[in-house]
Amino acid sequence: MGINNMTNNKTLIFKSGWVLGLFSLVGIGLVSFTHSVTHERIADNERLFILKNLRELVPETLHDNDLLADTLQIVDPNTFGNQHEVTIYKAIKNKQLIAIIASPTAADGYNGSIKLLVAIRANGELMGVRVVSHHETPGLGDAIDTNKSDWVYGFNGRSLNNPPTRLWHVKKDGGSFDQFTGATITPRAVVKAVLKTLQYYQANKKALITITQPTNNG
Amino acid sequence: MDSYKQILKNGLWDNNQAFVALLGLCPLLAVSNTVINGLGLGLATTLTLVLSNSIVSIIRRQVGSEIRLPVFVLIIASIVTAIELMMNAFFYELYLILGIFIPLIVTNCSIIGRAEAFASKNPLGTSLIDGLAMGLGFTAALVILGAAREILGSGTLFANAHLMFGDTAKDMVIYVIRDYEGFLLAILPPGAFIGLGLLIALKNLIDKRLAKPTTQTVSLSMDPEKA
Repeated sequence: MGINNMTNNKTLIFKSGWVLGLFSLVGIGLVSFTHSVTHERIADNERLFILKNLRELVPETLHDNDLLADTLQIVDPNTFGNQHEVTIYKAIKNKQLIAIIASPTAADGYNGSIKLLVAIRANGELMGVRVVSHHETPGLGDAIDTNKSDWVYGFNGRSLNNPPTRLWHVKKDGGSFDQFTGATITPRAVVKAVLKTLQYYQANKKALITITQPTNNG
Repeated sequence: MDSYKQILKNGLWDNNQAFVALLGLCPLLAVSNTVINGLGLGLATTLTLVLSNSIVSIIRRQVGSEIRLPVFVLIIASIVTAIELMMNAFFYELYLILGIFIPLIVTNCSIIGRAEAFASKNPLGTSLIDGLAMGLGFTAALVILGAAREILGSGTLFANAHLMFGDTAKDMVIYVIRDYEGFLLAILPPGAFIGLGLLIALKNLIDKRLAKPTTQTVSLSMDPEKA
């Protein structure tokens, strides 16, 4: 090993370092440029996607507020479990709370989490339930999807008294909700999550309504 | 130097990344449950291959062999991230369906494979064509497997086409089999493995037929004598 060889190695290492650094910079440049061009559109897409789902449950005619602006972030370990932050969207018309839409997650699906939207009228009656995302078995558990079956519409008009709380189970567990052939776990998880959301609303109804109209009370 | 025609034939048939090299199987098997999903991921992969092959070919003399692999990885990761952001912005619903498999294009071995095996040794023109040919070959595999699984599994073809081509394409969906109950196995992962196996067998069969047409006629003419 001569001194020449060592200096050669050194220059090679430095040169390689520079080249790698240069390419990292160019890569970062490309990604940040694309990000700056697209980030507004991506945010819009996400907004529109949520709004489209919300509108399906609470039509535009029923509220005069911005659904995406009047929201609450709830962490309620007793009702929704520790990990899941739940967003509650409020539909308000003439400063009256018309309905809330909660976004609970049923963590006990057959194949991971089932994300739901649950719309509850101010009087505690369900306006509707939609499945936003799930990984249930195609052809069996995915009947919770409106594309696949009408099952989820069965929640419309239900409330804590209709049926009574003890019947808020699938039929196999002695309740009054249908399960699907070959899939009990999926509907069981959805029914449970909807019931919990109703119970949460029942318990926090007053707080939710008063937050809506702080000026009227003061 | 390979002629363009030979490169195209290589990518689409002789060295098809999915059917012959068996590279990129994770996205191939996971996303090929419908034609449109397959087409979306195939085109994104093709674009990545064309761009990465071109850039690698341009810089092939400037980057020493010691650091070429990290440089390739940097290039491919940057391109894929940019494509992911673009899809998120312009094909949002398709992006939601393809989900994790867009960033996973980075790990598709066929991309760094072509950068190393071809683009780092060849000029821009042929490297670009090679990327295109390999990408189209992969897309073809995704679309064929997707079509087979979609027809068998749900009896439709081109379902969800509007996610790629806009609302006018909503009528593109073809109900191949009316009132079909669906064949679950075809949609689930095992269906993907079985389908891919059958397609590879079919390709090998075609190659065999093309390779020795003479021996076949001989064996046919021998048969009556034996009987």
